[in-house]
Amino acid sequence: MTGGLVQVSMKLEMKDSPGQLVAALKPISEVGGNIIAVIHQREPDLDEDTLNVQIVLELPEGRLEKLVALLKEQGVRIQRIGEERLLYKRTVILIGHLMHTDLSDTVDQIDSTGFAEVCELAMSMPAVNERSSSRITIKAVSKGDMEAALAILRRVSHQKSLLLIEPLEEIA
Amino acid sequence: MMNVALIGLGSVGRGVAGMIAKKDLGITITGIADSKSGGMDPNGLDIASLLASKTRKGYCGDKKISASDVIAQADYDALIEVTPTNALTGEPAIGYIKAALIRKKHVVTSNKGPIALAYKELHALAVKKGVALRYEATVAGAIPIMHTLEHGLAGNEILALYGVLNGTCNYILTRMAAEGLTYEQALMEAREMGYAEADPTYDVQGIDAAIKLVILANTIWGNGIRLNDVDRTGIDLLTPDALRLADDEGCTIRLIAEAIPRKHILRVSPRIIEKNHPLVVDGTLNALTLETDMAKEITLIGRGAGSIETASAIIGDLLFIKDRYVQRA
Repeated sequence: MTGGLVQVSMKLEMKDSPGQLVAALKPISEVGGNIIAVIHQREPDLDEDTLNVQIVLELPEGRLEKLVALLKEQGVRIQRIGEERLLYKRTVILIGHLMHTDLSDTVDQIDSTGFAEVCELAMSMPAVNERSSSRITIKAVSKGDMEAALAILRRVSHQKSLLLIEPLEEIA
Repeated sequence: MMNVALIGLGSVGRGVAGMIAKKDLGITITGIADSKSGGMDPNGLDIASLLASKTRKGYCGDKKISASDVIAQADYDALIEVTPTNALTGEPAIGYIKAALIRKKHVVTSNKGPIALAYKELHALAVKKGVALRYEATVAGAIPIMHTLEHGLAGNEILALYGVLNGTCNYILTRMAAEGLTYEQALMEAREMGYAEADPTYDVQGIDAAIKLVILANTIWGNGIRLNDVDRTGIDLLTPDALRLADDEGCTIRLIAEAIPRKHILRVSPRIIEKNHPLVVDGTLNALTLETDMAKEITLIGRGAGSIETASAIIGDLLFIKDRYVQRA
């Protein structure tokens, strides 16, 4: 199973001189990061020789400290930094006797894995003895984890005689 | 000119006969048979009067002549085999096709049974006898999928295929999504429109789509897969709520047949799919996406059933055979 990625956004301040921006971005690839966006701002109230740049990047988990250290070495000031775990989301639909087959157990079988969780559940129960339908969104930190979570859900649906409708995977 | 024998005078057979009679295609019908009777004439049969007697009496020709007699004795270059599909045994169509191939006659069929059950054997026999066995009409009606694979995409490696291959299911799902109908209501409507059989099992449980997937997979990859190898889920347990829950997310639900050899996936199942996805077609339409190494993705959309639509596929096969093999003065 592959490790997770984090998405980091940071606001950097550096000298506005030739080559500075390129030099500041170089450490990102050194730590295995992937730049998603660079937003170049020239704020009028700043010194003419100061450049403000906002960048968004993806980074393997646990590399952020090293990146911060490398940026400081380049003479870049980090004004603001935000980090969040990057997530894979998949939405499925389950149809059947969801309450009678212990919906909280169904959800818990995903949540208890530690690598995937149900983050949204919408439900419709037409009448007491009729089958209900629910839309369940699962999030996981990697594609492999998502596949494992879906495999669990397939097994549980089969055991509980629920109809599981999966999304059509994007054509690769 | 090319002479043909037509076996089967249901909706498809009548469509083929009608178009051959109407259009100047260089095709003459020299043998014909329905389930009760047959007729032969090396100089060409009078199609209009045969069709009229079929309508009037329920059979087309002489009750002493059987389909087997026509296949064995008539003077023809290609057999058009359009009898009803028997998904369990493939008979009597398998026997008809073999008999024609053994006589070194080309065969064009719309019959899924023989191709899904006995493709390997029939294909080998056709190769041995130096004749063509073509079955464009078995999958996705009028859509020229076999011609596309054979010619347009020649040299491409087919990596995966995804299809909406059953018009009955697609109609039911379209109506459930559009009007909030229950499965039972939508099925009733489909019956009234003539899109569903009295016993809809074969369509709504995904068996028909799975058979077409088997035919495509065997044609593309020659992997010898069978109906039992397909992981299959139907649409008969879907609820209008499920369609609404999908709709809330900009999606809908369609019965998708899918084959991805590198992932060992071979299945027919209802799937959540974005509404703007090219495979989301309305009503009884069929659609098919091929993923290939050179062309990348190609999607074909068209009518999956109908008398004249299916005749289009059969006549395409006949004219291909005529161009490639048949030289008659």
